[in-house]
Amino acid sequence: MTATDRKPEVVENGAASSRATRLLGDRRLPVLVTAALFLAMYGGGLRRYANYGFGEPQVFLNLFIDNGYLLVAAIGATFVIMSGGIDLSVGSMIGFTTMFTAWLVERQGLPLVLVVPLALGVGAFGGFLMGYVIHNFEIQPFIVTLAGLFLFRGLCLVISKESISIGDASVGTLAQTRVPLGVGELSIGALVALAVLGAAYYVLHYTRFGRRVYAVGGNEQSALLMGLPMGGTKIAVYTVSGFCSALAGLLFMLYIQSGDPLHAIGMELDAIAAVVIGGTLLTGGSGYVLGTLFGVLVLGLIKSLITFEGTLSSWWTKIATGVLLCAFILIQRTMTARRKT
Amino acid sequence: MAEPRPVLEMTGVVKEFPGVRALAGVDFRLFPGEIHALIGENGAGKSTLIKVLTGVYPLDGGTVALDGEPAEFTSPLQAQQAGISTVYQEVNLCPNLSVAENIFIGREPTRAGRIQWKRMRKEAAELVDRLGLDIDVAAPLSSYPLAVQQLVAIVRSVGTGDRDAPGSGTKVLVLDEPTSSLDRDEVLELFRLMRQLSRDGVAILFVSHFLDQIYEICDRMTVLRNGALVGEHLVRDLDQVGLIELMIGKALDQLEELHEHQLHSGVGELLVKAEGLGRTGKIAPFDLDIKKGEVLGLAGLLGSGRTELARLLFGADQPDSGTVTIGGKQVSMSAPNDAIGAGVAFCSENRKTEGLVPDLTVRENIILALQAARGWTRPLPVAQRDELVAKYIKALDIRPANPEARVGQLSGGNQQKVLLARWLITQPQLLILDEPTRGIDIGAKTEIQKLVVSLSEDGMSVLYIAAELEEVLRLSHTIGVLRDRKLVARLANGPEITAGTILETIASGAHQ
Repeated sequence: MTATDRKPEVVENGAASSRATRLLGDRRLPVLVTAALFLAMYGGGLRRYANYGFGEPQVFLNLFIDNGYLLVAAIGATFVIMSGGIDLSVGSMIGFTTMFTAWLVERQGLPLVLVVPLALGVGAFGGFLMGYVIHNFEIQPFIVTLAGLFLFRGLCLVISKESISIGDASVGTLAQTRVPLGVGELSIGALVALAVLGAAYYVLHYTRFGRRVYAVGGNEQSALLMGLPMGGTKIAVYTVSGFCSALAGLLFMLYIQSGDPLHAIGMELDAIAAVVIGGTLLTGGSGYVLGTLFGVLVLGLIKSLITFEGTLSSWWTKIATGVLLCAFILIQRTMTARRKT
Repeated sequence: MAEPRPVLEMTGVVKEFPGVRALAGVDFRLFPGEIHALIGENGAGKSTLIKVLTGVYPLDGGTVALDGEPAEFTSPLQAQQAGISTVYQEVNLCPNLSVAENIFIGREPTRAGRIQWKRMRKEAAELVDRLGLDIDVAAPLSSYPLAVQQLVAIVRSVGTGDRDAPGSGTKVLVLDEPTSSLDRDEVLELFRLMRQLSRDGVAILFVSHFLDQIYEICDRMTVLRNGALVGEHLVRDLDQVGLIELMIGKALDQLEELHEHQLHSGVGELLVKAEGLGRTGKIAPFDLDIKKGEVLGLAGLLGSGRTELARLLFGADQPDSGTVTIGGKQVSMSAPNDAIGAGVAFCSENRKTEGLVPDLTVRENIILALQAARGWTRPLPVAQRDELVAKYIKALDIRPANPEARVGQLSGGNQQKVLLARWLITQPQLLILDEPTRGIDIGAKTEIQKLVVSLSEDGMSVLYIAAELEEVLRLSHTIGVLRDRKLVARLANGPEITAGTILETIASGAHQ
């Protein structure tokens, strides 16, 4: 064959390219952008509200206290989105968990040590079921988890149509407990959220399961042909998300100290927003759980800033989230477009 | 030379699909350390044989023996574990992970469940090194071109065995059309790797449409036709003409005929004139004119700007300088619609992703462009539509001649014909064909080339892009030579122009 494809010069080795393109192609870039955004917003807050005590370390720590449950839910969502799926049942699962635990503790008088594992088990099992259906019947995750969304919200109302406030002493103590950290203090919920963050980081980066999550998200077909157990991975991812949602529900219950069938409506969207702002690609395969932390922190900081501003309606939180989400999707888009060429 | 025991022996293999006998008692053997070509036209049963071998399809009859032991695999994973690894035409790796991970994923070195990243990178680097490749294993796979990704896929498949002795597990390596999207240097690198593996005792089964490559690298070949074994030969015992005759089952006069055919048709008045047309980063501004009935061939290396030039002429990319005049009228090339309106048709090189809709039927695919040109408010009358479709199925000999067949199920050559039919039905003045013969068998190739000649005789202008210089030489009146995203020369084709002349032009980059 006399192919025209003879290259007279050195074959370029692909990886070598200019520094700029390498930076743009770096998968860590979105996380860095989000982190930078967080710092910029925080710096802006420091300047503007310096006289109102924005500089107190506790204001920063409060971000974790007030958003611990969202962080946990978003970490679960990170697993799912990283694998190329989506989980819409997160908010309902959180609402259901608050109802379920409040009902068990208040109406049935069960001790918290029993209720917590039970709630986590139910959440994980719910996630497992959804994953099982998604994998075995090859149904779009969007539809299956949408069914989950309605199912769990409906189950809330089966338990009770009204909210159940929790007067249980052990819950109260747990919710009030503050762990001093020198410069400030953290709640139990915030600490649990940080522990989940650490565990998720370890699992995603240092276990075979974690790497399979990336592989499935990168190219499911290839992963299958590479002999990886795809079904197990996908089901596990939704199980993790269900577990995280239930845990987020427990933290939410600690935070609010009540169960309510209308709790956490739409929180799955906050979780997804946090994941995307944190730089995880909605198509899967690329992202970091640390980015999700920054995504949650940015969302939390918007709320704080609006509170400090004082005159703004809380709806501005939504508007700011919408703008950010839009901006980050556009950044992702340009990044993936660049990577392809 | 005394023949050693075959590492793999398939006897009387039968595979049936509803209504089709894909393999009718095929015998196949593979010896350790040989590179063995599996040859046949599209539909001859090559893919089926490979899929039976690698456990994708179950056997319907016959036996498979690996190392003398009877074996039958029910999944690719099982075949892999038994030492049969496959690298497919499309690279099946995860581009978002690093090279090292792609090599090791699923069997990463761990201690107490924790992945040992350092050790994994080190082992991957050693493996890559041992195979004489220069790849940074820590870089993401997506940062490498397709050719390197393919090499990584091979590294993965030979590394699938025992983790302490890479390569020890793989006895048979199946390479299914690995070279179809590689350029020459990349092919040479692949061949070097194949030779090294075969020296290590790995038996390699090589499937390729490029006969020259088979003659370059293979020791032995098995020829299939219509699901039956035609023969097993040592490569040095059978010349190319003999081989092609075995493949298609008839003599080669049609190819010869085509050679004489070239250039006989005349060329009319000016049709397309491009002046200073260019797009930054894609192709430098160029002047080009194409006359009625002229076949303009584009020659150049992969990535020299052939496709980019064609896309500008079709408005698929917007030029940022220059003008295009078609039939005396200036056309603003801001979208393909403008070009289609002016009578330009474009068959993309990626017929699967940019051309055909695999889930639609042959009929629907064929009328797509015509319907688009008419607009959705004026549907094509059913009778006229069916007549047109039937006419083109017949004219291009699309098989099966069933307008309701799903395009995704057709062979590559027939898919290409459907794509051609779609554009021919709009009766374009200029037909742009980007690699129309890539990945299709020699019979279909000849037919498509003959079609180009007859279209040009009927007065249609054709812009023809092909990787094989012979193809361009055979068909073109004029040859445009590209180099480094620049049109460097225009050569009037004639007896004095050979592949050598063109290569020299490319190499020197000189103007006429």
